Amino acid sequence: MTFLSNIVQFLSEWGPNLLWGLVATLQIALGGYALGLLIGLGGALGKIYGGPVTRLFLEIYTTLIRAVPELVLILLLYYAGTQLLNDTLRGLGYERVDISGVAAGVAVLGIVQGAYATEVLRGAMQAIPRGQVEAAQAYGMSAALTFRRIMLPAMVPLALPGMANLWLIITKDTALLAVVGFEELAGATRQAAGSTRLYLEAFVVAGGLYLGLTLASNRFFKWLEGRATLGQVKVGAA
Amino acid sequence: MSTDEKKSAIHVDGLHKSFGELAVLKGVSMDAREGDVISIIGASGSGKSTFLRCINLLELPSAGSITIAGEPIQFAPLKDGVMNPADRKQIRRLRTNLGMVFQGFNLWGHMTVLQNVMEAPVHVLGQPKAEAREKAEAMLQRVGLYEKRDQYPAFLSGGQQQRAAIARALAIEPQAMLFDEPTSALDPELVGEVLKVIRSIAEEGRTMILVTHEMAFARDVSSQVVFLHQGLVEEQGTPDQVFNHAKSERCKAFVSSIH
Repeated sequence: MTFLSNIVQFLSEWGPNLLWGLVATLQIALGGYALGLLIGLGGALGKIYGGPVTRLFLEIYTTLIRAVPELVLILLLYYAGTQLLNDTLRGLGYERVDISGVAAGVAVLGIVQGAYATEVLRGAMQAIPRGQVEAAQAYGMSAALTFRRIMLPAMVPLALPGMANLWLIITKDTALLAVVGFEELAGATRQAAGSTRLYLEAFVVAGGLYLGLTLASNRFFKWLEGRATLGQVKVGAA
Repeated sequence: MSTDEKKSAIHVDGLHKSFGELAVLKGVSMDAREGDVISIIGASGSGKSTFLRCINLLELPSAGSITIAGEPIQFAPLKDGVMNPADRKQIRRLRTNLGMVFQGFNLWGHMTVLQNVMEAPVHVLGQPKAEAREKAEAMLQRVGLYEKRDQYPAFLSGGQQQRAAIARALAIEPQAMLFDEPTSALDPELVGEVLKVIRSIAEEGRTMILVTHEMAFARDVSSQVVFLHQGLVEEQGTPDQVFNHAKSERCKAFVSSIH
């Protein structure tokens, strides 16, 4: 069983590195997801209730971002974004700054996720029965209170399947950040594999970590969906 | 006390409402005094639901004036054929004086029955939770749903949902209740339990405006009946006048066809 003993040897040497990679992956995924959720909420509200200019701007944003491959977007936003930022800073007479990998990763993935989340949340918002909002208005709720107390909780069960998908996608999109030299799980794995030459073992371990993350995420979203749909009569098998 | 001495609860004057080219209300006026129970009857499309929904501005009128408990609603100048409220805060405040009951119940699906009844008192009127809960439980006792207080609306029958919606409306202690065809979405065997609750509210002297197809009920509980036809008041008076001595031929035909 050389394969198993190789894995044990690999883990003892490089396990901590890969775990740190996983931590970095989680950091970026959580940050990007949160940013995407915020952009998505604003985007969905803007697309439904915004004026013509807001709607046009959001349409361009969601169309462009969803049209371009994520890898290209990451390269573009990372290199062009930092350059633009530094040019602007120099123009204003400031020192150039080094963008941290985490901040850049969160920003780039957040902007990408925001485009998809806008559409998921717009769909959920529009699927809220009209009467729910009408009843809120009839009882004197302001627009902000209606959004917080009625629309948001009514949207959750409608948006959850789509938003769970986006989470699983972002956990793996973090691997694309390896191309800009960021040390997340995929980058750490490549490095470990290169120095040990245990390619198969290294990527099997990394795959196992991604799988574990996905399984844990699934459990979490299932639990969340159960909570969010307490008020619904379930159709079909549980 | 004669009718004239009672204070005006809801006063509507010359209400017009058009949806694009379609004129649904063509100048409807109504005066509900405190304690009045006014039923609005008429064929589908006569504008009766639209009229009711204009009172709390769920529909924005095209012309006319609305006064709630002596306070006229302030309107902005006409824009795109609708009168928007000039002061949203005023509308929100006035709406808390009007307990609306919808045809489709419109209970909030993500809240239990008790949470539905407590929602407006706590989050709109700012009542302490404990106090609101106590009152909400009393309201649910009254409509016979105390045992169902922790259920979600989707698990209740239509009649139970509508009774919960009535408890929700009563919980804000409104000056007037607005019922928009409260039994039209119900199976026939569930209509009775809802009408019983509405009757008990009418009997305690609360001001009520009721859009309904239940003619026998309207005749029974109303102090006044308004028959709308194509966006105009065609006949108006006591139930006896409207149901037995109508001057309008259309009204006569309508009440006899429905019986």
